[in-house]
Amino acid sequence: MWEAIRGNKRKSTYLAATMFLLLGALGFFIGMSLFPAPVDVAAGGQVYPVPIAGGLFGVVIAGGIWTVMTAVAYYNGGSILMAVSGAREIQKQDHPQLFNVVEEMTIASGMGKMPAVYIIDDPALNAFATGRDKEHAAVAITSGLLSRLNRDQLQGVIAHEMGHIVNRDILFMQMLGIMAGAIVMISDIYVRGMFYSSGGRRRSRSSSNGKGGQAQALMMVLALVLAILSPILAQFIYLAASRRREYFADAQSAVLTRYPEGLASALEVIEQDSQQLARINRTTAPMFICNPYKQKMSAFSLMQTHPPTEERIRILRGMAGNASFAEYQRASERVGAAVGVPASALAAGAGAAIRGAHAEAQQAGKTAQKKAQWRKATDALRSINSFVFITCACGLRLKLPPDFKRDTVTCPRCHRESAIPVAAVAAANALGDAAQTPPPPPTRGLATDAEPPLVVKRNPGAWTTFRCRCGETINVAPDADTDAVQCRQCKRTIRIHDAA
Amino acid sequence: MSVAMVFVVLAVIVLGGLGWLVGIYNGLVRLRNEVKNAWAQVDVQLKRRYDLIPNLLETVKGYAKHERETFEKITQARSAAMSAQGVAEQSKAENLLNQALGGLRVVVEAYPELKANTNFLALQEELSSTENKIGFARQFYNDQVMNLNNKVQMFPSNIVAGIFNFKLEEFFELEEPAEREAPKVQF
Repeated sequence: MWEAIRGNKRKSTYLAATMFLLLGALGFFIGMSLFPAPVDVAAGGQVYPVPIAGGLFGVVIAGGIWTVMTAVAYYNGGSILMAVSGAREIQKQDHPQLFNVVEEMTIASGMGKMPAVYIIDDPALNAFATGRDKEHAAVAITSGLLSRLNRDQLQGVIAHEMGHIVNRDILFMQMLGIMAGAIVMISDIYVRGMFYSSGGRRRSRSSSNGKGGQAQALMMVLALVLAILSPILAQFIYLAASRRREYFADAQSAVLTRYPEGLASALEVIEQDSQQLARINRTTAPMFICNPYKQKMSAFSLMQTHPPTEERIRILRGMAGNASFAEYQRASERVGAAVGVPASALAAGAGAAIRGAHAEAQQAGKTAQKKAQWRKATDALRSINSFVFITCACGLRLKLPPDFKRDTVTCPRCHRESAIPVAAVAAANALGDAAQTPPPPPTRGLATDAEPPLVVKRNPGAWTTFRCRCGETINVAPDADTDAVQCRQCKRTIRIHDAA
Repeated sequence: MSVAMVFVVLAVIVLGGLGWLVGIYNGLVRLRNEVKNAWAQVDVQLKRRYDLIPNLLETVKGYAKHERETFEKITQARSAAMSAQGVAEQSKAENLLNQALGGLRVVVEAYPELKANTNFLALQEELSSTENKIGFARQFYNDQVMNLNNKVQMFPSNIVAGIFNFKLEEFFELEEPAEREAPKVQF
């Protein structure tokens, strides 16, 4: 696998170098056109003065803009992207299945550290990964997609995103994206500047040497042409790199899960949906699993961040026998698509046999299964929004919003009254307002200690619900294999122990 | 002077040869450690599964009291797997445990209320995820074993392996419940 990544790296380097040259050239010509050489450099009026110094100055400025943007993205890129897309981090108890699937793929890919898991509250169907390296990686999925996929499909999607992380696609695409962004920005400023200041400039030039002015005009035309063309070129390079990497992440997903059908059917689900993601922009688009722009901007395939989904599905479904990079390549040839899996990946071994569908996926399409999946996803959203879950004696699960004020709740099915499990708020003492609000009596086997650190007794066989000192409600799943949880709001660590 | 030259050349050859041997030896040691580490990963997941099984049985017992035979089989298979020593014995024991758990899945089908129990569903998700993790960790372990075994058997590293007593490691084999053909696509 590592060989494959190296092979991929070399081709990527060419693309990045081309982009870098483009940025340099743009800076150079703009610099030359803006900072004309002193008149006396024009040797005897024979040759046009070439304002090299101005050009170099332009290169330095362009490089500087790019460096600053890159530095910001390198250190904050992940969190900026997460903030822009409105993603929220989840813990295992919020959505155990999603968490487990990410854990499984972490083991399969041999990554040392599990990436953080985020959910985006959005009905559109999409997923993406961020992070400059494996230590700072994160995967995010929309609640819409989470509610529509079965276990195998979810695994395929997560494996695809892990593929991006392992290949370090995120860093590379971010770097290319920023370079493209810098090119667009510089061109834009230049063209606008030219447009607004052309009158004033002409006046000052008329007083200077005529030949110098001519050279200046030539430089200006060159710079203008470059300023118009290079953003388009940069976009093409960016998109080409993006598409290559999508195929490779697909192949990796098939190899990791040994079940290409999972990703294939997930892509099918995404393709059939017509919702567009609410918060996207052009730079973040390639990081998603499918092109987040739903309305076809252009049928012209050079303009797409992702290869056609239909083709990706056909390649995955065409894989037969074993799950390996070589088989993916063969399948892509059968379909007639130029995928170009790096040669070193092809030699990476035979790969394991394709496995059977997961038991749950065999019921895929059944209404009960769809409902269960939907419930899990919506419960995850409620859980990250501090809802309290309690189970009525009749078996009905009641989900109470955080602003639910009363101490008891009436079951809508059996009309039984249930006490809401509110933990004794130990924090009240610490905060000094214990006099006003005596801690409510602990119900349903919950207890907290007044002394720091906060320790909570586990509610055996059921959800444990308690409130942190900061007021945040925390729910711990009965099967959560942990002896400590972290408060989402104040980041306090609360130890939990079994009631036995 | 020519004698000195011969000595220098000899010294270079001997030192180079030694360096080469050290390289092979270190490579073998690294692979052996990787195999150990990969096995530890498998072991962690196997232990997790042993811990989950009693909880799962407790939940199922509440609904399916008459399936004592299935429960006993699982409990026995579990303790056998927990006390298994060595990779070969472990894989045998794990296969038996898998069969026993397969029996439980059949039993569960007959109890719709059990299948709707949230606690049971959570445990089932945990169990199947742990089984997946065992699968992935096993894949990783077997890859590492293959790398080591290739080195131990292939010339010239087999000589170094023979001197320092590097042994062939065993693969961790589990029967796949449902290996199947990929769907055929017609155009």
